[in-house]
Amino acid sequence: MATAPTADAAPAWTPDQPIVSVRDVHKSFGGFEVLKGVSMDVKKGEAICIIGPSGSGKSTLIRCINALVEVTKGSILVEGQEVNDPKLDQLALRRKVGMVFQQYNLFPHKTALQNVMMAPINVLKQDKREVEERARKLIAKVRLTGKENSYPGELSGGQQQRVAIARSLCMRPDVMLFDEVTAALDPETVKEVLVTIRELAEEGMTCILVTHEMKFARDVADHIYFTDKGVIVEHAPPAEFFDNAKDERTKTFLGQIL
Amino acid sequence: MSDAFASPGRPMAVLLPPRAPEPIGFPRLTWRHGLFFVVAAVLIASMATAQTPPAQPPASAAEALSTAPATPFSVIIKWSPLLLKGFAFNIVISIAAMTLGTVTGVILGLGQISVNPIVRKVSWFLTQFFRNSPWLVLLFFAMFMIPFQFNIFGVIMPFPDWVKAIIGFALPVMANVSELLRGAIRSIPNGQWEAATSLGFTRTQTIWQIVLPQCVKRMLPPWMNLYSLITMATVLASVVGVTEMLTLTAQVHAAEGGRPELFAPLYGFAGFCFFLYCYPIGKLTQRLERRFNVKT
Ligand SMILES: Nc1ncnc2c1ncn2[C@@H]1O[C@H](COP(=O)(O)OP(=O)(O)OP(=O)(O)O)[C@@H](O)[C@H]1O
Ligand SMILES: [Mg+2]
Repeated sequence: MATAPTADAAPAWTPDQPIVSVRDVHKSFGGFEVLKGVSMDVKKGEAICIIGPSGSGKSTLIRCINALVEVTKGSILVEGQEVNDPKLDQLALRRKVGMVFQQYNLFPHKTALQNVMMAPINVLKQDKREVEERARKLIAKVRLTGKENSYPGELSGGQQQRVAIARSLCMRPDVMLFDEVTAALDPETVKEVLVTIRELAEEGMTCILVTHEMKFARDVADHIYFTDKGVIVEHAPPAEFFDNAKDERTKTFLGQIL
Repeated sequence: MSDAFASPGRPMAVLLPPRAPEPIGFPRLTWRHGLFFVVAAVLIASMATAQTPPAQPPASAAEALSTAPATPFSVIIKWSPLLLKGFAFNIVISIAAMTLGTVTGVILGLGQISVNPIVRKVSWFLTQFFRNSPWLVLLFFAMFMIPFQFNIFGVIMPFPDWVKAIIGFALPVMANVSELLRGAIRSIPNGQWEAATSLGFTRTQTIWQIVLPQCVKRMLPPWMNLYSLITMATVLASVVGVTEMLTLTAQVHAAEGGRPELFAPLYGFAGFCFFLYCYPIGKLTQRLERRFNVKT
């Protein structure tokens, strides 16, 4: 589906500039510094993958992008809007940035369709009939036609995760964040979710993915970032990254995982 | 946790939805219940006979019949309309106290998770204070602290004793509901809040639309438990002079001449009424608990 240009985008931003621009971001929890100066640029329509060992701050970084986690120092611009701003218009940011979680986090007391429709109706106050039409299309898009009235507890993990993706898409975001969305799934169901994400990326949705699926990263990503201990060790297009890693830490990590 | 998530076929039980409504009816009566009632009745009756003073050997059977005092059973039959009216009053008090206590308890419970630290502390303190006071003390507290009438904008609103009793019982209900709610809210996985936040829900919207609906299910069994307890506690109102079932039982006993052999049957009858009312509630609670079982 076409993403309508958002009317509330900051005037300074034009589509040829990075849609997400992270500049020297630091984040500490208590005295513990998790991000130690991270920078990255994501262009509109790009799919980028963030990989790295556990605890290196991948989740923290993408949570910073939609302000689920507050940045200690640095700047994050999403379509020119500063996320690290005490006066941040959170709703404006969150309708631009959708997020999908490892544990799906569907609302268990609502059916699949209601999960998808809830935020546009209750948060964005959009017309119910129009939202429902869109929601049904999205459910079809993630190949769950017929499951509209199932509760999350009646769906498999892979199906739940696809509902979660549809739920985010129903807000018509410009950027989608995926945090290890296949990590809790069975190997067979991983594929069905990855297919959905790949289609999204191919349709031109800007995607930022944290993943351990190296083959998927190689196929789908335009750019790969490798993080370790709160810094970006190196980043490169996938072919170069996987075949010609320069940094020792990257080589060790890839050696362990491939 | 991760195991539960890893098996897609068997989704985490915490997230089980209100599934296709498997009917929860009133607990079915079986022959075991019947047996129980018979045994209870025999027990009450035998207590009564055991306490009957050894009768003078009657001169004749006919004389024995004419002079024998009313049997405990006939006394209960005779007074049961009055006693049951008293019991109905206990139920009214319990329902009113539960309603009032639940409404105020939800407000207090939400206060406990408020973003405002003062509201949070005050709510916490009130909850702890009323939760850790004996119910009888709170009842006295309500009886003697609340004036017998209020003057609201010129309208005199009388506060009879039974209304004060309702308030007195509502106080511990409020505190317990507040704590139940806080616990239930805390048991909602953090991911629910994160997902709601990332979809643009505000804190208030998240609480009302996402967190509380999930809490209702978790709170229902302990809430019903609390209701049983408060129903049984309503007899405490007799101590402060509210004419409920226990007060009436004592009066009936006195009216029948205070015969010691009537003591057990009359109070047994009172206890039995409460049992008949509370036992099904307890059964239903158990069923709900089993159905909502949140353990993985
Ligand atoms: N809310 C928090 N409070 C304190 N410490 C935190 C918090 N969130 C994350 N951390 C710490 O920050 C570090 C990085 O966490 P993060 O979740 O970003 O890592 P990750 O790269 O996503 O790891 P994984 O691959 O295991 O998901 C960890 O050491 C973690 O313990
Ligand atoms: Mg993570």
